[in-house]
Amino acid sequence: MRINCPWCGERYLAEFSYQGDATVERPVDPDSVSDAEWHAYVYLRDNPKGWHDEIWHHIQGCRKHFKARRNVVTHEFASTVPMGDELTGGDK
Amino acid sequence: MKKYSIFSLARNALDYHENWTEAWRSPEPKSEYDVVIIGGGGHGLATAYYLAKEHGITNIAVIEKGWIGGGNTGRNTTIVRSNYAIEGNAHFYEKAMDLWRGLTEDLNYHVMFSPRGVINLAHNDGQVDAFQRRGNSMRLNGIDAEWMTVEEIAKRAPLLNTSKDARYPIYGGLCQPKAGTARHDAVAWGYARGADSRGVDIIQNCEVTGMKVEQGRIVGVETTKGTIGAKKVGVAVAGHTTQLFDMAGLRLPIETHKLQAMVTEPVKPALDTVITSGAAHCYISQSDKGEMVFGGDLDFYNSYAQRGNYPNIEHVVTAACELFPAFSRLRLMRTWAGIMDMSMDGSPIIGKTPVDGLYINAGWCYGGFKATPGSGWVFAHTIAQDNPHPLNECFSIDRFETGYVLDEKGVGPEPKAH
Repeated sequence: MRINCPWCGERYLAEFSYQGDATVERPVDPDSVSDAEWHAYVYLRDNPKGWHDEIWHHIQGCRKHFKARRNVVTHEFASTVPMGDELTGGDK
Repeated sequence: MKKYSIFSLARNALDYHENWTEAWRSPEPKSEYDVVIIGGGGHGLATAYYLAKEHGITNIAVIEKGWIGGGNTGRNTTIVRSNYAIEGNAHFYEKAMDLWRGLTEDLNYHVMFSPRGVINLAHNDGQVDAFQRRGNSMRLNGIDAEWMTVEEIAKRAPLLNTSKDARYPIYGGLCQPKAGTARHDAVAWGYARGADSRGVDIIQNCEVTGMKVEQGRIVGVETTKGTIGAKKVGVAVAGHTTQLFDMAGLRLPIETHKLQAMVTEPVKPALDTVITSGAAHCYISQSDKGEMVFGGDLDFYNSYAQRGNYPNIEHVVTAACELFPAFSRLRLMRTWAGIMDMSMDGSPIIGKTPVDGLYINAGWCYGGFKATPGSGWVFAHTIAQDNPHPLNECFSIDRFETGYVLDEKGVGPEPKAH
């Protein structure tokens, strides 16, 4: 697997560290959410078999975090973008 | 079922072994069963076996989308152990160890259980403390555990690099002498044969495509071989647990990751125990065929691909060669991967679900194989009684909501723990 870092371009997988599901959002005000919502945020995952939006860290390179849309069956990347930008591609 | 024995072997030798009967049937599914087990791996087959043997329920189908034992049952590194510190885990895995000890006789099928010991190497003072503490917890829970000095380890595994200037210097190790290995394929086949002989239908090449839930109760499953009615459904499908429960409208604390393993070319006996190094990310044993079996860590990104990437293979092999310099002369013969149902606390989930009559057996992370007999045993109880056995009460799915997580590693919510 080679990954296209939005700043450094395509690099070998071993330079990167996986940071998990990018669709998980921390509730803005933890005090006001129900236990069920907090449980869902902390523990529950969609774990799709197909396109997956995730966060990677170019830890052995520029050390920046970025988002990626990857197919978890074929390991193909649809797009990689800086944090905050919208991912495109795939059939998601 | 024809009993396997020295006499049946001799009898069949007379006609050149051409007339052995099939070990299990391949029936077409009936329209309805008392219990449908989804997943024909070790766990699903063991569940069907114990449902029939211990609970007298025989109108059962085991539905498998591929072939039995073709998933993680045939992809693991065959290590069997119960060296856990936490209360719930310790008792459950030790129950599995008890079943392993008598499994060959119970199934009348040689599962080649080999209690050759499992040694966890400590490479620094912190690990020495942590391992000794775990060993003490194990002994308090009645599990065998022994601390080994470097000299004792060197005697047990002479090829291991125990010198002080090693890349991974060894400070000692925690050994579970009665742990070991078993032949993984035989476990699936033995349970399949035992379940089939008690009337269980094993249906291979049949994929579940939907769950039929009516008024909060499971009534059957849709499959590629048509609709099959069921009073109860147990799911034991490892990496695809999320997809099955999506069909029933339930979201789970599980991520699917892949774990690689690999074997070298076969050589003469050179290692008669299991050596693991958590720090170097490598565990090693020698198969009965002579291959050195290497396992390591996850690739650490979500994946449903039953194949891995090279950095991890390189990482595992590097560690293996540092620990056993002589192994650098061996050629790697095969590598493969299995897809793991990684739970958010590193412990399994076995129990009821919010849907009546639907039961979950999942979250096995790296360690499902060793649990196979225990998993089937408690899951059969849970399904038959519609209530968990005391040994799997702690593995309920609502533990994540109530806060009673079983975090053996002590790392918090994390789908990549052991």
